[in-house]
Amino acid sequence: MKILIANGYVIDPSQGVNTSKNLLLEDGRVTGFLERGEQFPEDAEVFDATGLLVAPGFIDLHTHLREPGAEYKETIASGAAAAVAGGWTTICAMPNTDPINDSPAVTRFIIEQGQRAQFANVMPLGALTKGSAGKELAEMGEMKKAGIVAVSDDGRPVKNAGMMRRAMEYARGFDLTVVDHAQDESLSAGGVMHEGHWSLLLGLKGMPAAAEDVHVIRDCVLAKLTGASVHIAHVSSRGAVEAVRRAKEQGISVTCEVAPHHWTLTDDAVTDYDTNTKMSPPLRNADHVEALLDGLKDGTIDAIATDHAPHHADEKALEFDQAPFGIIGLETAIGLAFELVQKGVIDLTRLVELCSTYPARIFTLEDRGTLAKNAHADVTILDPAREWTFDVRGSKSKSRNTPFDGRTMNGAAVATIVGGRLVYLNPDYTRLTDTKQRNASAK
Amino acid sequence: MNFTRKHLLGIRELEPGEIAHLLDTAETFREISRRDIKKVPALRGRTVINLFFEPSTRTRTSFEIAAKRLSADAVNVSVSTSSVSKGETLRDTARNLEAMSPDCIVVRHSMAGAPQQLARMGSSPIVNAGDGSHEHPTQALLDALTIREHKGRIESLKVAIIGDVLHSRVARSNIHLLTKMGATVSVAGPGTMVPDEFNSFVETGLRIEKRIEDAIEDADVVMVLRIQRERQDSAFFPSMREYAVHYGLRRHHLERAAADAIVMHPGPINRGIEIASEVADGSSSLILDQVTNGVAVRMAVLYLIAGVSRGEVDVEKFEPVENANDKAQGKKVG
Repeated sequence: MKILIANGYVIDPSQGVNTSKNLLLEDGRVTGFLERGEQFPEDAEVFDATGLLVAPGFIDLHTHLREPGAEYKETIASGAAAAVAGGWTTICAMPNTDPINDSPAVTRFIIEQGQRAQFANVMPLGALTKGSAGKELAEMGEMKKAGIVAVSDDGRPVKNAGMMRRAMEYARGFDLTVVDHAQDESLSAGGVMHEGHWSLLLGLKGMPAAAEDVHVIRDCVLAKLTGASVHIAHVSSRGAVEAVRRAKEQGISVTCEVAPHHWTLTDDAVTDYDTNTKMSPPLRNADHVEALLDGLKDGTIDAIATDHAPHHADEKALEFDQAPFGIIGLETAIGLAFELVQKGVIDLTRLVELCSTYPARIFTLEDRGTLAKNAHADVTILDPAREWTFDVRGSKSKSRNTPFDGRTMNGAAVATIVGGRLVYLNPDYTRLTDTKQRNASAK
Repeated sequence: MNFTRKHLLGIRELEPGEIAHLLDTAETFREISRRDIKKVPALRGRTVINLFFEPSTRTRTSFEIAAKRLSADAVNVSVSTSSVSKGETLRDTARNLEAMSPDCIVVRHSMAGAPQQLARMGSSPIVNAGDGSHEHPTQALLDALTIREHKGRIESLKVAIIGDVLHSRVARSNIHLLTKMGATVSVAGPGTMVPDEFNSFVETGLRIEKRIEDAIEDADVVMVLRIQRERQDSAFFPSMREYAVHYGLRRHHLERAAADAIVMHPGPINRGIEIASEVADGSSSLILDQVTNGVAVRMAVLYLIAGVSRGEVDVEKFEPVENANDKAQGKKVG
């Protein structure tokens, strides 16, 4: 099966492409760009991308799917459907399910459920330690054979530095990147929001930025010691960004990602005790946001990741102290990333790097994050001019926990192609696949 | 300025005029508690639910008496937070109570923000009777009423607040109220309980001191906070003995304060720890006046929220209930 994506503006930083091109996909792989004036193949379905942006498929390094164990919040299928609706062709599923993904059997189950769903590619992370308890190494080699793409004890930071060192040394032997949710729990325990002016006003227990800073600094030091590839999940503090910047300057193999809510909102959003503003790490203040924007600008931050964390409405209807951390983010991330473009923080090329090129490199996902010949035919098609309002009632996720309901954004993912199949097309853009007419007009 | 809000959730959002109106109203109610028959028909037929998710004797009793002196039907509901975590959400609790059509729900909760959440989730007027470390607006109002009674004003007074400011909803509500009304507030306590961020807690009128002696210097009012062991998840100071020595208010401290300084404490007091008995029971102590004023303030709050803002009740002076009943039945009072 052939798909021709015609007349789109292609940005593929992996090959330095930044121009209008006709892109041909065949049998799940990229055939290549058509030469100028080259005839459209007769047997190709044509997707007219005039006025749209065509990019290598977006890869979310940080997704929480709740299957197995909490399917009432999200299944692999519902999460993957939300992913493609938000422009993500690949989602990397965190291992904190029930049971935790610390064995090849769970890894295989997640991969199979992802394949059954036929939306986004679902690539699991394995646990770093058994049961993510921080005590014994998990079977990383066996899980790697079964298909994990990285290792992490996300949500349960490894407290013991000696344990973390071992885990890094061991993961390195399998070329697995170690992802760490950096938070020193002796400083943040019991906290429910950023510690500062607003936590004092609201009488809520704070999580100081220092809890993140000291943990990131520790991880950087351990990355240097072990030579492992370390990826810091969802950096949210100035100290974390600065620590990663210094580590990179020293040539240490450290990368980091940022989640859209951390640059979009600040801790004053908590003022009404809306539990959809409760996440970990927490929303921080304007100074920290400024540091994140600087990190996005100067390349310290390598990736945009959603930290999509579905929770049931009943759980979020509890007291602020008792409600679980996290928000859904797959369908709003790209709209919020376009806000960065509009503010001049990043340009479109950088947006594609942050959502596709670099994520593929961080987890060494071969033949992804690129539209080079023979790469996987994963393509994200965006309309930078689309003004739209997020209505969570229409979300493909099973959960509704978002602070962005009703937010109007400019720029959206409108079509998503995974393995050469059009798995999502925004209903407003169906005219684009009127194959015969397009073929005729092209001749 | 009148008080026309639907809820009383905190002091932070109030205008000085609203606070003054609440205090003026409370003053008119104080007299009712001195009568032989301590009951007026202001809220007859109205239902007030005291919804307490946290054990409380003093505040609950005070609200209950306030409601009853206004002839409201007061119902006390105690909910343990553990049963909430077993399954019933805050929203369920609120909806269940609302189905019984209360005119006001008085909420005490161990977690900050619960009254705000209830106000948002339901349609009943909510009065915050203390939420976690957030606010305790009626306590600040009764403290202000006590200060006004003894000093004639709040503006330009110097108030010292001593103790565990970090965990104290009483301190937060008082800092808001006193600075809004033009007083200067100095707070002091162990470094673990008075973080530097308090410097920007309000825009003006608040100072942070390390030593309680410095906070008390020239103070017209000294407020001592209760050491709330239940709100501390780990040790914030080494021992009660050390706390008493370095941060407990004793008689010699008061020599630094203004000559006519008054001493207050929200109660219940830990004698010999945050306050020495000689001070608590001394002539400058107004601890029991605070309790008396608590009833008047809560009558004012319930009257304005369950009465005036709910329509029709608009009586300046009330006659005792029995008189009103007799009149209604055309009888003469003997």
